[in-house]
Amino acid sequence: MSLGRVSAGLLFAVSMALSACQGNTVTVLNAAGATFPYPIYSKWFDEYHRLHPNVQINYQSIGSGGGIRQLLDGTVDFGASDGPMTDQQLADAPVRILHFPTVLGADVPSYNLPGVTAELKFTPQVLAGIFLGKITRWNDPAIAGANPGAGLPAEDIVVIHRSDGSGTTYIWTDYLSKVSDEWRTRVGQGTSVNWPVGLGGKGNEGVAGLVKQTPFSLGYVELVYALQNNMAYGSVQNSAGVFLKATLESVSAAAASVAASMPEDFRVSVTNPAGAAAYPIASFTWLLVPTRIEDAAKRAVVKDFLAWMLTAGQQYCEPLAYAKLPQEVVARETQAIALIQ
Amino acid sequence: MSLRTGWRKSLNVVMLTLTGVCAVFTVSVLFFILGYLVYNGGKSLNWAFFTQLPAPVGEPGGGMANAIVGSAKLLFLAAVVGVPFGLLGGLYLAEFGGRTVPFIVRYMADLLNGVPSIVIGIFAYAVIVLQARHFSTFAGGLALGFMMIPIVLRSTEEFLRAVPRPMREGAMALGASKWKMIVSVVVPAASRGIVTAILLALARVAGETAPLLFTAFGNRFWSPGWMQPTASLPVMIYTYAVGPYEDWHQQAWAAGLVLLALVLVTNVAVRLIVSRGMSAQRS
Amino acid sequence: MATAHTTVDSGSFPRVRGWLRRLRSGDEIARLVTLLFALSVILLTLFLVQRLWDESLLARQAFGWTFLFSRVWDPVAGQFGALPFVYGTLLTSLLGLIVAVPLGLGAAIFLAELAPRRISDGLTFLIDLLAAVPSVIYGLLGIFIVVPLMRTVIQPALGQTLGFLPLFQGPAYGIGFLTGGVVLAVMIVPFIISVSREVLLAVPVDQREAALALGATRWEATWKAVMPYARAGLLGSVFLALARALGETMAVTMVIGNNPNISASLFAPGYSIAAVLANEFSEATGDLYLSALMELALVLFLVTFILNGLARILIVLTARRGSGMAQV
Repeated sequence: MSLGRVSAGLLFAVSMALSACQGNTVTVLNAAGATFPYPIYSKWFDEYHRLHPNVQINYQSIGSGGGIRQLLDGTVDFGASDGPMTDQQLADAPVRILHFPTVLGADVPSYNLPGVTAELKFTPQVLAGIFLGKITRWNDPAIAGANPGAGLPAEDIVVIHRSDGSGTTYIWTDYLSKVSDEWRTRVGQGTSVNWPVGLGGKGNEGVAGLVKQTPFSLGYVELVYALQNNMAYGSVQNSAGVFLKATLESVSAAAASVAASMPEDFRVSVTNPAGAAAYPIASFTWLLVPTRIEDAAKRAVVKDFLAWMLTAGQQYCEPLAYAKLPQEVVARETQAIALIQ
Repeated sequence: MSLRTGWRKSLNVVMLTLTGVCAVFTVSVLFFILGYLVYNGGKSLNWAFFTQLPAPVGEPGGGMANAIVGSAKLLFLAAVVGVPFGLLGGLYLAEFGGRTVPFIVRYMADLLNGVPSIVIGIFAYAVIVLQARHFSTFAGGLALGFMMIPIVLRSTEEFLRAVPRPMREGAMALGASKWKMIVSVVVPAASRGIVTAILLALARVAGETAPLLFTAFGNRFWSPGWMQPTASLPVMIYTYAVGPYEDWHQQAWAAGLVLLALVLVTNVAVRLIVSRGMSAQRS
Repeated sequence: MATAHTTVDSGSFPRVRGWLRRLRSGDEIARLVTLLFALSVILLTLFLVQRLWDESLLARQAFGWTFLFSRVWDPVAGQFGALPFVYGTLLTSLLGLIVAVPLGLGAAIFLAELAPRRISDGLTFLIDLLAAVPSVIYGLLGIFIVVPLMRTVIQPALGQTLGFLPLFQGPAYGIGFLTGGVVLAVMIVPFIISVSREVLLAVPVDQREAALALGATRWEATWKAVMPYARAGLLGSVFLALARALGETMAVTMVIGNNPNISASLFAPGYSIAAVLANEFSEATGDLYLSALMELALVLFLVTFILNGLARILIVLTARRGSGMAQV
């Protein structure tokens, strides 16, 4: 029994010591939400912690749906989502929620095709057909037509989508709803939809993981996940008929078309925009910040972080293949920070 | 006649071998798991793993120091909740109870034991996290504690009941009150078994992931105090294993090895102590 | 109120005097305190059930019994049905049992009846260790070892040989019902072995010895005398393992494919109740969505509750038959 007592006492002492180490001067904020911008957010919060060692912003990437839900439940201090909150959700919120665009990213169709070295081109009809379950094989004439000589195998396409509530899904289904009437009526858009086919992965991380591990698979992920994991991704035909890969230029071009006419609450969709240089499946991603924050220390941190994010923080975007915010948007957001009380 | 006997004898041998193969196969799975984890996890186990915080997503390096400490804190809380309720409840069942109440308590404990761990996590979320509007180590530790209670309760009862009557009656004959008898004779006699049961229960909840998903949540940094979310080994293993980064996979193997080593060492040590204790008692 | 303490009574209110004496000596306080802790276990469990019941009210009112039979799980349209998850849970658990029960029973027979004592003890020790391995580690091994094995070797082989059956048709993802079932099988085998072994050991020696005295081989004695006697308890061990498999979360979530889909093919991806709870619970926006998930949790709870109850009864029946021991 004394051995038990000694070890219990030891454990107690150790944990007390450890929790005392951090002290009461650390301001901790908890945030949760989108996996789409997780690489840049984790970089930002890490850097911010380095600059302000007594501030910890703990961000958990549980999907945009999770971010919205936890924000509404009040268990996190702010949320993040790439699918803007609906009017109903905003009405359900205990306080007014502001959307703060942070970066621009893109959904890319990433695939795992052993033996195929050419970069594939996807038309909107092909993407809709694959995700509706109507195009089932890689060597389908629709795909082969856009990719002559690519040597597409006669294998089944393993479709991979999100299993959790996702802003990345919102962007993807938003695009598909715009380019395919059948998709719009049969499935619709949202953070969580009734997928006709496919395997589900949790988070962008899960989808990327599945695509990497499953030959002949196709899934949609945020650009940086495909880049960081050396995964092949295709170009998509935009509304002007041009096949474009997601790059900083093409994504910025997509945002430029709406930057001037951005609505006041910053909720806007930039999928399938006009313009020959615009990538069709791009999107802003937002931090969801309540306008009323009771704790003075937390409020100060949030406002300071947002200001930092809009200025110094933007320099971290491009190395991670996210496009910076257009200048007009930055200016409007800087004004909006004052709304946080 | 001898043909039939020959058939029966060969059947006997065949079945003996087959069932033996089943047993050996099952055991070899254990060694396979262990071997694979040692091989894959051992490769990635380094000093950084034990001392550093996780690196930003996509950047290689970093470690799971906060997850290891987080798991320790969670287990501590689980013990604080699970042990008193299980111990004292088991004491009641073994020493004081009549017919009805102990029957109901045992039934409820078995029920609680059979509840899937994800449901316990959901319950803890609804009752603790939503009310406090905060994910926390506290909520996670409580969820694990709820899972410990039935295990400790039943084991305590069993070991207390196993204390022989002569010991009890001897104490009573010397004039001790019931309570004194329990505290000074019965509990010490059963203590070895009870401690091992507690350690086994701790080892069991140390590996639980599902209850922590909605309670302790997760944390990329150190978790100060008890009321903030915290990283934990099982949740990190899950997160890293389903992710795409090769670096994450390596760390998941290493964490798996650490977790498995912890669980297995506890189990082996505890069982050896019990068996040695039992044989000591008999002699 | 039975106590072991005998009271030497004198006076007109022996029971009250006895109670006062116990109170003063601390017995009554000890009894009350420990009773309190024991009762709190009851309270905790009842509270848990009550919460599940309350939170699922919205969904129960909206869908009624059709919830259990509806195939649609559409958060956008607000339509929720449990059938894909019930199907996936049952199918993977059944597959797990099909693999684990013969293996487990065989091993249990060996350990209880046929092996020498020391080998039996040593092997049982190791198998108990297998039962202690955490679920997430099975999931880890599932993703990186079982899934590729399934995808590259086993599923193509099954497809080629047994592909005429709808069970083995379709592309070999590696992830899916079959993989989930196999991983579950590995996880529940130790439970089947340890409980079955206990049950078999509880069968009175006379049964086996009578058979042996009549000239049976050891196997015949086991198969024809011991096992029929222990039938109820062995069934109980299967039920216990099934209950464990139904509630298994992490390992299954990592290999089942997360697609609420009902398919005859074992190669197809699917979903289980525990897996959908793990994936979608923290983000279900909207009261109906959350309530539907709570109702799923309630369904899972009730099923494991019934199975566990049945299992206990069966095991106790065998034990009682054997030696009059009351508790398991």
